[in-house]
Amino acid sequence: MTTRIDTRFAELKKQGRSAFVTYVMAGDPDLRTSLDIVKALPKAGADVIELGIPFTDPMADGPSIQAAGLRALKGGMTLKKTLELVRAFRKDDDVTPLVLMGYYNPIYIYGVDKFLADAKTAGVDGLIIVDLPPEEDDELCIPALKAGLNFIRLATPTTDDKRLPAVLANTSGFVYYVSIAGITGAAAADANAVGEAVARIKRHTSLPICVGFGIRTPEAARAIAQKADGSVVGTALVDALKNSLDAEGRATAKTVNAVAELTAALAQGVKGAKQAAE
Amino acid sequence: MTIAKPNSYRSGPDERGHFGIFGGRFVAETLMPLILDLEQAYTAAKADPAFQAEMNGYLKNYVGRPSPLYFAERLTEHLGGAKIYLKREELNHTGSHKVNNVLGQIMLARRMGKKRIIAETGAGQHGVATATLCARFGLECVVYMGAVDVERQQPNVIRMEMLGAKVVPVQSGTRTLKDAMNEALRDWVTNVHNTFYCIGTVAGPHPYPTLVRDFQSIIGNETKAQMQEVEGRLPDSLVACIGGGSNAMGLFHPFLDDPTVEIFGVEAAGHGLTQLHAASIAGGRPGVLHGNRTYLLMDADGQIQDAHSISAGLDYPGIGPEHSWLHEIGRVNYLSATDDEALAAFQLLSKLEGIIPALEPAHAIAKVMELAPKRSKDHLMVVNLSGRGDKDVPQVGDILRGNSK
Ligand SMILES: Cc1ncc(COP(=O)(O)O)c(C=O)c1O
Repeated sequence: MTTRIDTRFAELKKQGRSAFVTYVMAGDPDLRTSLDIVKALPKAGADVIELGIPFTDPMADGPSIQAAGLRALKGGMTLKKTLELVRAFRKDDDVTPLVLMGYYNPIYIYGVDKFLADAKTAGVDGLIIVDLPPEEDDELCIPALKAGLNFIRLATPTTDDKRLPAVLANTSGFVYYVSIAGITGAAAADANAVGEAVARIKRHTSLPICVGFGIRTPEAARAIAQKADGSVVGTALVDALKNSLDAEGRATAKTVNAVAELTAALAQGVKGAKQAAE
Repeated sequence: MTIAKPNSYRSGPDERGHFGIFGGRFVAETLMPLILDLEQAYTAAKADPAFQAEMNGYLKNYVGRPSPLYFAERLTEHLGGAKIYLKREELNHTGSHKVNNVLGQIMLARRMGKKRIIAETGAGQHGVATATLCARFGLECVVYMGAVDVERQQPNVIRMEMLGAKVVPVQSGTRTLKDAMNEALRDWVTNVHNTFYCIGTVAGPHPYPTLVRDFQSIIGNETKAQMQEVEGRLPDSLVACIGGGSNAMGLFHPFLDDPTVEIFGVEAAGHGLTQLHAASIAGGRPGVLHGNRTYLLMDADGQIQDAHSISAGLDYPGIGPEHSWLHEIGRVNYLSATDDEALAAFQLLSKLEGIIPALEPAHAIAKVMELAPKRSKDHLMVVNLSGRGDKDVPQVGDILRGNSK
């Protein structure tokens, strides 16, 4: 099985460049604006899109992403509407890989089999479910792989060499290396430590390795891009969105552009990073 | 739905931490290595007689165990049915059953070489117990508490601070216990290398529900021996309130395989089961939160709903996974009591027995008021008096004087 994710990373490899992965929350601050943002991301330079599934209790996320989820929920977002958003995005874009990222409960309540079928037909390529470690693979990971979706696992600084094989066993698409032990939006890890970690993981897998948590600026994204197959930016984009809202938390004429402009600047930082490193 | 009865109700969980479909380990990867370490450390400690001996010493001389099993004669007369015994967990050092579990976990943390302890707390009793043992053993202590609970449980906030703990008011979400737990998990993810997370109830990722249950089982074990001594037989029924369910599980577990013993857990029905409440079994369904699968209050989209109870310690939208299993398998009967019923029970016990209960066990007393009159005079009923009401005196005083809702 080859997914859009596999295809995209193969292309990037051929071009000798690292991926720029963006994270935004589905439905933040409303469905319409959120769809416009997601549509704008590839044009602004995103190679892969991670779309957050809003959840009331995102225990591995920091205040920015939790607030984004609560804004989306307040705006009436649901998992069903998140899939509608993906379907709408796919009408104009059949190549950009799109990964849903979130917590298990909304999926469990939706029904795992129905969710996987609906996600696949909507055009989802992969899943990152923060609270499903390999110990709970039977829940969603194995069924997802059977349904033809990538299941992207997080590896962290606490994942030692002994544990890595278990973490990588059913991982596909790419490996998401969380550069710090911490929540999203926390301080950034230093690029050298990330380089060592990426080298360590590469000894166990041939999958691409993307690094996230704590990357906020084009410079930081570039530094990571020189060490890894991709860098992920979430909180900085979510903050840019938030800063564009009006006093009641509603979208303004600036909202879509605020996210697109930061995406473009970050993408600029990532592109050419590999060459610059040579 | 009919489920085959197991040979023993006491053998769970399986090695992956499952009680039937409940339990498990639904946490971020960062925490998994730590949780596996904890499981190993606990297994080793359990098998080490020195660990048990050290704990027994503190249980006796620091906590003040065994706690009495007291025949509540005036309450029994008043209700005119079953003979009611109170298991006096409120007489423990720090004023509740929470200290039993915290002692066990702090001993484990010491074995694991951890110097920094974090905890979440609702009513503040778990926070106070944790702050107390951290003071005793010279450990750094940070307690997360919802900002709403910081308001309504001031006496405990002050106690924790006096004991040297840092109390962090949590402003996110509903600003109650579930948010305090989220915040504690975030802290743990961030400081995983030096920090031990002391969970206050029989919930969270495996092995917490098991180890907290084991540490609390001293309540039921003592009850069994004490009842044997005074009445020469087992009790006929047990009643305990349920927040996450640790005081209840501690009382129930040693009796689960005694088929003649009827068991009742009492959830908080808040303003009523059709309005805002905290009764996860009565008003929820199975879902996944805070590291385990269990009954949760949530909406059709799987979003967690706000719980409400007059009692900060019961104000949680979930319940420990073993309770969910005991409910589905039919071994324990889960009831609920409203805010008003708990307040009435709070006053009744205070006036009849000279014991001011915490608002949490007042929920259990409220159901005893219903159950006891329907039982015969030789029926032996044990209620877990999980904590004393000092912390609730200002709040209840305001309510009774009409200064509050
Ligand atoms: C006195 C008392 N009883 C009961 C509870 C509820 O917890 P659990 O159900 O784990 O016993 C609390 C929680 O704070 C408490 O303080």
